[in-house]
Amino acid sequence: MATESNHPYHMVEPSGWPIVGAISAGVLAAGFIMYMHDVTAWLFPLGALLVLYTMFGWWRQVVIEAEGGHHGPVPQLSLRYGMAMFIASEVMFFFAWFWAFFNAAIYPTEQMGFHWPPEGVTIFNPWKIPILNTIILLSSGVTVTWAHHALKKNDRKGLIMGLWVTVALGAIFTAFQAYEYMNAPFSITGGIYGTTFFMVTGFHGAHVIIGTVFLAVCLFRSYKGHFTPDHHFGFEAAAWYWHFVDVVWLFLFTFVYWWTASGATSIH
Amino acid sequence: MSEAHAHGHEGHDHKPTGWRRWVYSTNHKDIGTMYLIFAVVMGLVGGLFSVLMRMELASPGDGILGGDYHFFNVLTTAHGLIMVFFLIMPALIGGFGNWMMPLMIGAPDVAFPRVNNIAFWLLIPSALLLGLSPFIGGGAGTGWTVYAPLSTSGHPGASVDMAILSLHLAGASSILSSINFITTIFNMRAPGMTLHKMPLFVWSILVTTFLLLLSLPVLAGAITMLLTDRNFGTSFYDAAGGGDPLLYQHLFWFFGHPEVYILVLPSFGIVSHVVSTFSKKPIFGYLGMAYAMVAIGAVGFIVWAHHMYTSGMGVDTEAYFLAATLVIAVPTGVKIFSWLATMWGGSIEFKTPMLWAVGMIFMFTVGGVTGVVLASSPLTTAFHDTYYVVGHFHYVMAMGAMFGIFAGWYYWIGKMCGRQYPETLGKWHFWLTMIGVNLTFFPMHFSGLAGMPRRIPDYPDAFAPWNMISTVGAYIAFASALLFVYIAIRTIRSGEPVEANYWGEGATTLEWTVASPAPHHTHEVMPRV
Repeated sequence: MATESNHPYHMVEPSGWPIVGAISAGVLAAGFIMYMHDVTAWLFPLGALLVLYTMFGWWRQVVIEAEGGHHGPVPQLSLRYGMAMFIASEVMFFFAWFWAFFNAAIYPTEQMGFHWPPEGVTIFNPWKIPILNTIILLSSGVTVTWAHHALKKNDRKGLIMGLWVTVALGAIFTAFQAYEYMNAPFSITGGIYGTTFFMVTGFHGAHVIIGTVFLAVCLFRSYKGHFTPDHHFGFEAAAWYWHFVDVVWLFLFTFVYWWTASGATSIH
Repeated sequence: MSEAHAHGHEGHDHKPTGWRRWVYSTNHKDIGTMYLIFAVVMGLVGGLFSVLMRMELASPGDGILGGDYHFFNVLTTAHGLIMVFFLIMPALIGGFGNWMMPLMIGAPDVAFPRVNNIAFWLLIPSALLLGLSPFIGGGAGTGWTVYAPLSTSGHPGASVDMAILSLHLAGASSILSSINFITTIFNMRAPGMTLHKMPLFVWSILVTTFLLLLSLPVLAGAITMLLTDRNFGTSFYDAAGGGDPLLYQHLFWFFGHPEVYILVLPSFGIVSHVVSTFSKKPIFGYLGMAYAMVAIGAVGFIVWAHHMYTSGMGVDTEAYFLAATLVIAVPTGVKIFSWLATMWGGSIEFKTPMLWAVGMIFMFTVGGVTGVVLASSPLTTAFHDTYYVVGHFHYVMAMGAMFGIFAGWYYWIGKMCGRQYPETLGKWHFWLTMIGVNLTFFPMHFSGLAGMPRRIPDYPDAFAPWNMISTVGAYIAFASALLFVYIAIRTIRSGEPVEANYWGEGATTLEWTVASPAPHHTHEVMPRV
């Protein structure tokens, strides 16, 4: 009976990646603290490299298992639940940052001159780079759907082309965002406006980069012949994540750029 | 039973040996065991800290801390964080959740066994960071809430940064675990086990993990803002830069209030099984019990500012939070009365788990009633930051949550290790703890009503009698914790071997269909419900 089983689940073998990942995260945290307190600067990047190494090795293992036929319909559904729950937690993470933003923007204090944006702060024109980036990101949402449709029709060329364009649009978005940061007339240390602006757009930008890497991995896997029309959750997870990042940007553009620039709040 | 025989022997069992079995584990039972051991060790550390605090508070004037008031604050902070993140959560969710949830739903393991393992191992660097923080940079004396501006401009050393990163790691651990458990419960129930047939402990884990999934990221944001305010010159909580210290309180309690339900809901689940088993009756109002937990979880997200009544909110806002908070008494009452109705007319047997469960119902009700008092903003204007609050939340945590943990331990230890606990010693443990914690925490209501402030190591002579009683109670409670360690070791080493269903007809869930101890792999052939 011990060898007999009738369940549809994927029972994974014992693995060293979790303990390596936990140690790496510990090194990253300790290194970050040491960096902030000027003890040493080298442990922080080392921890970051270890975490990246864990991610690479662990997910490589998952991809090997997927290609090895371990991911039947039920394990695939588990991965869907898992990714959906992860994105839900990400939504709540951004909820905290938007809370900080609105806390300042809806009730500007004396230090802000009772006005949002705070008096004396020069801000970006939303109808220049920000609207351009909105168009870029929305277009990338279209192109990733193009790649998905191509994949479902078993059109490998279309899949690769769609992914290339999506990754490129993601990279262009990041480049524009970096250009904007370099030309910002305010700073992260200059008060609540710069603080909320850089932290909210910064965490969004970090997610764009992560999403771009995720899609780039899918592109690489497409060249390797991974994904079939009815088994390609790795691709779908990347697409879901990308759409999530897109939606966060729409909130960012609407409130942090546009609403703020229209002279959001004034208490007199 | 035939399954048990086949599994008990070497060969096809795939049980890894040596240290790899634990360190590389992808087995829900082994990971659950590691969580339980971790919780016991950290619980003793956190308990020792509370004994040190009670020694200092035994009489007025400077006690054993010799006037080091900051160190007293470091002790309260460490005690709170350890008990919440390294005792109650690992024991209830990581320990019993891991062990029993897959067994109860008829699944061979969890959905993501490797994620399960990293969730446990992340707790080690997390506990190390918190444990080392008093020795580097003077210690975090901020309280477990880590309020700004005390935590931003009041603690220049590395300690608070270590506490923050410790919470980041513990939070990542819990989020990963929650994703894993939610997926397991939704996708790996045995054929026939619909959501409405699922055991109440599984329901409690489902609600708890949803609360964790949605509240912890908000804490992550809040403490990341602390970190950047402290180290990178941002102004989230700095009024001079246009920021707002109250923002931290809102973000913290948006997490913190769901968190206190996270601590007690799994205990509710355990008590339901124990009460039903030892009354030899099915639980009264099963669906009501399940949806009461869902309601408690949902309403738990919209009551957070009742922790902030003295922060200068508007009266209308206070009125809303007062009313919303009182609403929680309704589903909680559904649970209390359904437990009583389950016992009503039952053939009740007061074995040790049942003593803990009934003790939990009684003590949690006391904490719940003082909670209704504290929900009232006019009263809390007087009671805020007094020992009344400390008494209240220890009744729901040190008794509501901890009694549930002990009920679960005595209920399931035979299933986990194959040996039964010594009944007489178990009852001694219960009564000793019952006396100890009540002596400790009941007088706090009186000293609190009289105005004794919390988190202060000295007090006027008028409060001396109540404090002496509390301190004696703390010694008794800690002695009973040591007795528990002895009972645990004795059970595992030389307890009486038990059969698959050693509680008999009252125990009806799926974990009682597999052998004791549960074999390394269970439910390889899916049970049918």
